[in-house]
Amino acid sequence: MPNPSAPRQQGSQQTPEVRKHNFEEVAHTFTEAEAKAEAERCLHCNNARCQANCPVGVQIPAFIAQVKDGNIGAAVAKIMETSLLPAICGRVCPQEKHCEGNCVLKEKFGSVNIGMLERYTADTARQKGLLKAPQTAAKTGKKVVCIGSGPSSIAAAAELARAGHDVTVLEALHAFGGVLRYGIPSFRLPRKVIDHEIETVKAMGVKFIPDVLVGATQTVEELLKEYDAVYVGSGAGLPTMTGIKGENAVGVYSANEFLTRVNLMQAYKFPQTDTPIKIGKHVIVLGAGNSAMDAARCAMRLGPDTVTVAYRRSAVEMPARAAEVEHAQEEGVKFEFLVTPKEVLTDENGRVTGLQFVRNELGEPDAKGRRRPVEIKGSDFVMQADTVIVAIGQRPNPIIAKTTPALKTTERGVLEMDADGKTSIPGVYAGGDIIRGGATVLLAMKDGIEAAKRICAYLEGK
Amino acid sequence: MQENTILERVALNSAVVKFVIYKPLIAASARAGQFVILRAWEGGERVPVTLVDWDKENGTITVIIQAIGKSTSLFNSLQKGDKFLNVAGPLGTPVEIKNYGTVAVVGGGVGIAEVYPIARALREAGNRVIAVLGARTKELLILEPEMNALCDETVCATDDGSFGMKGMVTDALNDLHEKGEKIQAGFIIGPIPMMKFTARLMDKLGIEPYASLNPIMLDGTGMCGCCRVTVEGKVRFACVEGPMFPARTIDFDELIRRTSEYKPQEAALFEKYKEEKDHVCKCGLH
Repeated sequence: MPNPSAPRQQGSQQTPEVRKHNFEEVAHTFTEAEAKAEAERCLHCNNARCQANCPVGVQIPAFIAQVKDGNIGAAVAKIMETSLLPAICGRVCPQEKHCEGNCVLKEKFGSVNIGMLERYTADTARQKGLLKAPQTAAKTGKKVVCIGSGPSSIAAAAELARAGHDVTVLEALHAFGGVLRYGIPSFRLPRKVIDHEIETVKAMGVKFIPDVLVGATQTVEELLKEYDAVYVGSGAGLPTMTGIKGENAVGVYSANEFLTRVNLMQAYKFPQTDTPIKIGKHVIVLGAGNSAMDAARCAMRLGPDTVTVAYRRSAVEMPARAAEVEHAQEEGVKFEFLVTPKEVLTDENGRVTGLQFVRNELGEPDAKGRRRPVEIKGSDFVMQADTVIVAIGQRPNPIIAKTTPALKTTERGVLEMDADGKTSIPGVYAGGDIIRGGATVLLAMKDGIEAAKRICAYLEGK
Repeated sequence: MQENTILERVALNSAVVKFVIYKPLIAASARAGQFVILRAWEGGERVPVTLVDWDKENGTITVIIQAIGKSTSLFNSLQKGDKFLNVAGPLGTPVEIKNYGTVAVVGGGVGIAEVYPIARALREAGNRVIAVLGARTKELLILEPEMNALCDETVCATDDGSFGMKGMVTDALNDLHEKGEKIQAGFIIGPIPMMKFTARLMDKLGIEPYASLNPIMLDGTGMCGCCRVTVEGKVRFACVEGPMFPARTIDFDELIRRTSEYKPQEAALFEKYKEEKDHVCKCGLH
């Protein structure tokens, strides 16, 4: 019998005091006992709301039933019928907005810890050699290329390979995974987890090629001569800066630069690796999204005296996952709300010495319903800083749109899609942040899976 | 043939090496003024290096590298038949090639190699091309015969007078001006102070100056903004919008500050590399 009223299993974590000095994963994978106890809580609802609210349609009650019975191989196979990156999803999906946010137990007893169960299933199956690459259909002889190797492209590539197509993934950087690799830190998503999931996709016959920047190395037009269809999953790699005076001062990083140095280039291991990073005594992170939390927590691990997240609205408007904010606070990151940066202050050598802010109060709600910050006259103040990280958002990298004149984009640089999810060029599909302008790993994967279906239909008619 | 393989390696002087690398996709699409990102090992930096030449038919690209730190020393230790771990490109916006009339291409040190493909493209576009080449001393003045053969006129300046005139490229430019040479545009590549003073002089002499900037880069694809420079009061990403910019309004002092950010760490890394390389272990275990 299910046992919904049993306490929700949280699993164990590195303590904040320990983890703020290392880049090892914060949360530990469930033990077998924890997993079984948590699986027992699931009611296996017939019209499961969790599953209906999963962007990639994971068969949640069914896989949890297998976990309960200890059939880890069957559990992981069940997940992988719809999602090929279970170890990644289990870790970085904002479950509170999707499956767990819709669990019937949520109000009364607390949702089933679906994220941790998915992670346990994937990790355990991998460790025991039970995680098998899915069967692929008979070869169709059609060639498809996916641009970028982030979550959207990987998901599309895996589904296309499953359908029997010959798939190639092109990555601009030297390592695969896109934002999973350069953006998300190893203490949230260990590098070997990314490697493993990509190995699974490779085992399905997908070819991964590094060092190809589409738009520079090859154009979309050239790719269309070589391939039957193109999937653009190149993400939102262009950092937004504030534009305030002094932003080019020495010591000001974009979140992309800071995170790329730490995560992709492993600068925290310098001089064992060759890419350096510099951290001051006082770090200010501008913005309060997931990139801001990642940057603040990476900064904390590099050993400054203080790390402060400065945000122009209040705590409730923060776009970051609740768990990331909580983890950041536990690790000693401070928060300064309702402040807008006005100027980067520098010394005679052009180095950052501080930030001048003005205080805000909340005014009328904006189009998204979030209350707009309104500056309070005469409330200027200075916060000392020698490192500033600007984490106020990303936009699509314009290179593909710029080099493919037939591809239509909106003002914000995102690709225009018609009602059928097609771009303005036949045979060219797109998804993830290049059409969303900055969303989540799971929505990017969802786009990839859906686009793969459309590409299959397009290729059948070709 | 495997991609990234070194087909030819020629030491041009004690610190500068020319590599011909097999990389057909880049050879097919490269244009003057673009660069590639190189990496030599798993923990290595992504280092931007200007494309000096490319051969579409044979699928090769040519780069010329001066060893100034660990990464560039590692590159230059590679031999014929070895492979670079990563070669990505061609990156950056090509230089706008058109018939300006008479142009000066100004190269300082290893910048001579970098300005070579621009000189060639400008020559092909019908310009009268004057090369102004500078180096500390004769041994460091690379590609002088090639430039001489390519350009309509070539003048050299060395700090010690061991080759060409004694002085700097700015002195050579002044000389040309005094001789009545009317130059419409100038393309400058070299150390930042040299570019700054050359651009300033060209502006004074009525020559439209362009300079190829070398800020620190990370991805080289427009993703990180590490390479941001200020031109005409606006922030620009050198990796995608440059590296060549109209030079009259470049904030060279900011560029100097931003490129100095990691100097102490780079120096320490280079020392560590040299020690490990020269260390001959006596323990007999490896």
